[in-house]
Parts: sequence; C-alpha cells; structure tokens
Amino acid sequence: MSASLRASLTLLGLSIVALAAALWLGPTPLADPFARDDITRTIVWDIRLPRALTAWLAGAALGLTGAALQGLLRNPLADSGVLGLSGFAALGAVIAFAFGFATFAPAMSVAFALVAALLVTTLGWTSRGPASLVLIGVGLSSFAGGLIALALNLAPNPGALADLVNWTLGSVEGRSLEHVALAATLLVVGAALIFAAARGLQALTLGEEAAAAIGANLSNTRALVVLGAAACTGGATAVAGVIGFVGIAAPHLVRIFAGHDPARILLPSALAGGALLVCADIVVRVLPTDTELKLGVAATLIGGPVFALIAARLASRGGDT
Amino acid sequence: MSALLSCSNVSVELGKTRALVEVSFDVQPGEVVALLGANGAGKTNLLLASLGLVPFAGQAKLGDASAHALSARDRALRAAYLPQRPQAIWPISVEALVALGRFAHGAAPDRLGPIDQGVVEEAIEACALGALRRRRMDEISGGEKARAHLARALAQRAPLLLLDEPTAGLDPAQALGVADILRAYAAKGGAAVFSTHDIALAAETADRVLLLRAGRIIAEGTPSVALTPDALRDAYGLSARLERIDNGFAAIFER
Repeated sequence: MSASLRASLTLLGLSIVALAAALWLGPTPLADPFARDDITRTIVWDIRLPRALTAWLAGAALGLTGAALQGLLRNPLADSGVLGLSGFAALGAVIAFAFGFATFAPAMSVAFALVAALLVTTLGWTSRGPASLVLIGVGLSSFAGGLIALALNLAPNPGALADLVNWTLGSVEGRSLEHVALAATLLVVGAALIFAAARGLQALTLGEEAAAAIGANLSNTRALVVLGAAACTGGATAVAGVIGFVGIAAPHLVRIFAGHDPARILLPSALAGGALLVCADIVVRVLPTDTELKLGVAATLIGGPVFALIAARLASRGGDT
Repeated sequence: MSALLSCSNVSVELGKTRALVEVSFDVQPGEVVALLGANGAGKTNLLLASLGLVPFAGQAKLGDASAHALSARDRALRAAYLPQRPQAIWPISVEALVALGRFAHGAAPDRLGPIDQGVVEEAIEACALGALRRRRMDEISGGEKARAHLARALAQRAPLLLLDEPTAGLDPAQALGVADILRAYAAKGGAAVFSTHDIALAAETADRVLLLRAGRIIAEGTPSVALTPDALRDAYGLSARLERIDNGFAAIFER
C-alpha cells in the first residue's frame, strides 16, 4: 500500500470518528445519541448532523484547494484564505445578501472566488519566492474586506448587518441539509476539476519550463485548478463563511505522512481538512463560553501560528521554495 | 535520415535586447553538438527557441514539425530538455523525479507500466543513482541532483536531448561521465545538444561545436577546425587556444 493511500484511509477513518463524535458531543450532554425520543432526534439529526457535515465538506473543500494551489503556484503558503479567494467569495455572498437576492449567494461566491483565483494566479504565476505571492493575496484580501465594509454600508437592508458580520467570521451554526447538499455539489465539481489537473501539478514539481518540456499542458492545468479552486472555495464560503488556514494546515500535515508528490496529497489533504474542521467545530461547541466562539475564529487561532511557523521555516531556508 | 532539429533564421528578442540573431543550424541523428560562448551569448535561448519555449522569429523544426505547432506532449516525445538550473520544488524521491521523464508517455511516477519501469531503471543505472533512488531530492548533494535531473531527461527517451550546462558544478570525473552518456545516446541513433563553458570537454565530446557571440554563430564545425585562437578570442575576449594532448584536449587561456 502506498503512503498516500494509507494516509487517505487513516484520514477517512478519522473523519468518520470525528463526525460520530460531533453527533454525540455538544453543549447539551446526551447519554445516547441514538435514543428515540423526539428531543434527542432533533438535536442529533436535525441540528448536529447537518452542522457536522457542513463543517466536514467545507474543510475538505478548503484542504483540497490548498493542496492544489500550493502545487500550481509551487508555494507552500498558498491557500484560499491567504490568496484572497475566501475574501472574494465572502464579498460575493455579502453583496447578494445585502442587496436582497440571497438565492444567488452561492453563485456569487463561486463567481467572485473565480475572479480572485484568476487575479492571483495571473499576477503570482511568475512571482519570485513565496513571500511576493502571499503579498498579492494580502492585497486582494484587504481589498475584499474593504468592499465588504462598503457593501454593508450601502446595504438597503441594515437589519441583516449583524448576521452578515457574524457570517464573515465563519461559522457552521444552524446549517441545514440544504447547505450540505450545496457544499457537497460544489465540492464534487471542484474536486473533479482539480483531480483532472493532478498530473500537471506533478509535472510542475520540475518548475514551469521543465514541466512544459516533459509534455505538460500548463495552461490546461492552470485553468482546471483555478476553476476547481473557485468551485470549492465558493461552496465552502457560501455555507460556512470565511475560514482561514485549514487549506494551509491540511496539506502540510499530510506531507508528513504521505510524502510530497503534489498529485498524491490531493485526496488526503481533502480528508484531513474535513476531519480538522469537524474537530475544531466540536471544540467550539463544547467550550463553556457564554456565546459560542465562531468556527472561523477558532480556525484562525489554531492556524495562524501554524502559518507563522511555516513561513519562518521558509524564511530560514532563504525564502525560496 | 532527416534532421532531428533544424533551425533557420531563428531570432529571439527579450525586451529590447536581441538574444539571438538569425541563427541557422541542423542536428542530425548520431551527433553530439556543443554550444559554446560567453555568458549571455545566446546558448540558453537557442535551446529554448528550438523547443518553442520562448517566442521567436524564423523557423525551428523538431523532425518534420514546427516547434510552435507541436502540442506539449508531442514536443516532449521529440526532444527532452534539461534546464540550466533544474528544480525539484517538492522534495520527492530521486526515483519519482526520474519517473517524471515518462510523463509524455502517459505514465505517472507512482503508476509505471513495465516499459516505463524498464526505461526508468536504465536511466537510473546510466547515471549511477541506484543507491540514491529512495533518497529525497533535498537530501542529496549538488552533483547527485544534477545526475538525477539528467536521468529524468534520459528517461524521456526522446530522439533529441537538449541540455543546458549539464556539467556545471560537477567534478571532472562526473563531467566526463555525463560526456560518456551523451556519446552513448548518439551512438544509439539519438542526438544531443549541450551548452557548456568547458571548452576542452566540448572539444572532446562533441562532433561539432557552435560558437556563439552576442546571439550569432561566429564559428561552426568540428572542434579542432572551429575553435581557432581567433574564434575563441572573438567569443570570450581572451587569448585562448585549444591543444590536443594525449587522449583529449586542453584549453589554455591567457590574460
């Protein structure tokens, strides 16, 4: 069995355990999550299950996107959050909500994530070293943040403001099976696109010129990853808001066990992202805080230091990838 | 037999600099051709233009097709290319890196058919990488990395090898080892074009040399005919001569 298959199976197992734990653990202690009384059934199957599945799907989408973007841009610091895809996806959804066409929020998320993906891959394609690419992402993220604030200011429906602000912090609270279906559909579409680019990502290990010289069609690879990243990030952001760092952390964790082949870490990164976010959401729910900590905030609290560590290690190696 | 590579009036412009000016040459099967010239003379751009990897004017044909018209895969089946500074961005294993040479043949490093596996084995053996095959690319020395990347290019099994300074950074024994590999490649009906700053090695290894200066070919032919003191002075701005010694050549420079 290859290391990547072993990692995938392990992470699939962990995902299942985490999802089961998410049904059982929560602010309301349950002795038996499979009890047949109405209250238990409502808590477990109507509240906790959609919430846990939404967290898993969003985490998987972000983990997969992180692995794909890192491979495409040959940059270990790349992910939807850092490169501004999540910020743009949130902007798209905020515009849809604030101006009263909420049904189009997911489509707007995907479309805006696509714009960010195109911008960052075009501007960052030839960037020297990981830092300059990250700076492009920081620029896009701040720009998206500014436009979100502007959209909220101009919104004709200020009643929704508080909800929207909360939502830009990232949360899977109160999600329904409709959210699950939406995130799952976009994850399947995005994953199909990204897995079609897997061999191109493998070739890019040699750098752009040599990848082209061994026969990789790089414009194809790039288009597939950009579209796939937009679908995955748009879907994840539409159902869970902005959740940072899962996309960075998942591939890095996976490489420890599954090696560095950019094609072989795609599936385990998705599974790891899902498991990570379900676990983070369990922590958020069982923490005895007065108001529930937002999942996106928790992810940042854990992921931020991880990002800083990776960046510091890169810097100590001379900053080049 | 028809030429594996034929360039006619190939020019490359990088911004306002003319990196290559109407260069024409052919490479026939069985030939080893060395590209010589000072830094910035146009050696790298000549290799890149041959592959259609930089925009150029004129015509470059790989076999019977224009380099521009070929798909990436078809191009890779006709010519293998080793860049001047080959990269392994992710620390994959030596074996996996060599296996990337089979990309155009439809093989992935983790899924090699028996033919691909055989070719990869041969390339690993030719470059003496047997003991290193499972090591990660970031755990081996510079010379070993260079050999791994050369093995990757060999595993591509294209009729034409285009190598940009394949012996840079190698010790003399390893550099001669690379020269032997190129000769063997040509002996089997392939052809190799390589750039180098090692004039003696070029003279020893190549059937033909192209001496470049400022994007133009200023001398061409067998090493002892083309590499005259005048031509070398033109190319490098130094008094230089090539001397035949016992089994090979020595290049002697004077200020």
